[in-house]
Amino acid sequence: MTSNYNFAFLDENTKRMLRRALLKAVAIPGYQVPFGSREMPLPYGWGTGGIQLTAALLGPDDVLKVIDQGADDTTNAVNIRRFFARVAGVTTTERTTEASVIQTRHRIPETPLREDQILVFQVPEPEPLRTLEPREAETRTLHALADYGLMHVKLYEDIAQYGHIATSYDYPVLVDGRFLTSPSPIPKFDNPKLDHSPALMLFGAGREKRLYAIPPYTQVESLAFEDHPFEIQRWEHQCELCGADESYLDEVIVDDRGSRMFVCSDTDYCGQRRAEQAA
Amino acid sequence: MSALLQVRGLSHHYGQRIGCQDVSFDLHPGELLCIVGESGSGKSTLLKAAAAQLIPSSGSVRYHQRDGAWLDLGELSEADRRRLAREEWGFVTQNPRDGLRLNVSAGANVAERLMALGMRNYSQLRDIARGWLERVEIDPSRIDDAPTAFSGGMQQRLQIARTLVTQPRLVFMDEPTAGLDVSVQARILDLLRRLVNELGLAAVMVTHDLAVARLLAARTMVMQGGRVVETGLTDQILDDPQHPYTQLLVSSVLTT
Repeated sequence: MTSNYNFAFLDENTKRMLRRALLKAVAIPGYQVPFGSREMPLPYGWGTGGIQLTAALLGPDDVLKVIDQGADDTTNAVNIRRFFARVAGVTTTERTTEASVIQTRHRIPETPLREDQILVFQVPEPEPLRTLEPREAETRTLHALADYGLMHVKLYEDIAQYGHIATSYDYPVLVDGRFLTSPSPIPKFDNPKLDHSPALMLFGAGREKRLYAIPPYTQVESLAFEDHPFEIQRWEHQCELCGADESYLDEVIVDDRGSRMFVCSDTDYCGQRRAEQAA
Repeated sequence: MSALLQVRGLSHHYGQRIGCQDVSFDLHPGELLCIVGESGSGKSTLLKAAAAQLIPSSGSVRYHQRDGAWLDLGELSEADRRRLAREEWGFVTQNPRDGLRLNVSAGANVAERLMALGMRNYSQLRDIARGWLERVEIDPSRIDDAPTAFSGGMQQRLQIARTLVTQPRLVFMDEPTAGLDVSVQARILDLLRRLVNELGLAAVMVTHDLAVARLLAARTMVMQGGRVVETGLTDQILDDPQHPYTQLLVSSVLTT
């Protein structure tokens, strides 16, 4: 641990500000709370929002896991994990079951989460209506009045163009029957895991200076039409490494002759399954 | 029969300049009122104030709701104003690009207000959108085309379909035919006349074109410099104008 920094990099007043905002976010599920986003030692878009939330949450006894697209060994995950190991001295892990705080980009782990775990999402664009309504004052008014017909215009366009709802990630959800919320760019495969999750889910957008929360056991509904219900992705393949047929699969090109294989995107889940099969 | 919209002593000032001054009128269900006058005479200001899009400096606008209660638009909350605009009113702008959502298809434009009202059945939305495109004489097979691929006249007809799809009780129109060539204008006016009769809706229409008033409106109000100078039955005003300005306006219509 580097002693030149305050514990977990941020100063205590900043952490207090973040915790206050987080308490408000938990009290109003899905509501985007503004916060004073700080300059972090990595660029916007690399997870500054998630890192600030994690810094405000971590205590000396926490065990941290960081994933990027489901994997523990990608650049973003490795660097953020090493960052907190250095500035907070916390134990890090790649095992989902051992972690108390999991910072994630683009996935929710396959292994079911527990009540004593917190999932922190990195969010590039917290406003689900942004592509349809560029004015911030207007989107805030729409949230205030729960006037969400606009979101269905996007889903309508999907069906009109592709015959089905083609939005496959960052699929809009209604939290606690009230706030329209972006689940961050997780695949819609993971949306059902948000609903009544035992773990606390926190979302941080550093560049946009917004954070929001889905508290444990909160109803999270993915938007859809009556005759085009919400559906998650399915594969005709199994994971070629562990044989899983219920996990989110990545298609990997393995040579320059078009050969490809499907493997679990969640590396920890895949590794655990293989270890069990070997035993 | 009681009025639908009651405007009393409405004035609006832009700083020192007068937008409109002391305007009063009643609009009854099923009635189409035309407001005519030259540019800068306060027609659009009056329309926006009546449609609660701007807060007037003084005067009152009252609206008779579906449930029979009178609503004072000056005391309306933002939520109620939007609910009215969404459920009971429609607004057709002069430039269809202001009233349409240009980055989504024609079908989505028509269906948007229905989705805002909570309709969540895709095929039903689709059927209604197709029906309305047909009603405004747009080929239903173009339902998935972007409005940017439409001509100006088609865009205006699309905007009319988008506004009328929820069957509003009251429609505000700000020069819906200005900027279109004469033959397209005629088709749109024809269409409007038919739809107004079919749906029995009340409308306030702003125009600088007396022929439009003659064709559509039972009653006409003539404005000059922010004030109403003459008001009455359209035929009466056009055939026997009393006020010097109205006389000038009528005599300056080109005839061939």
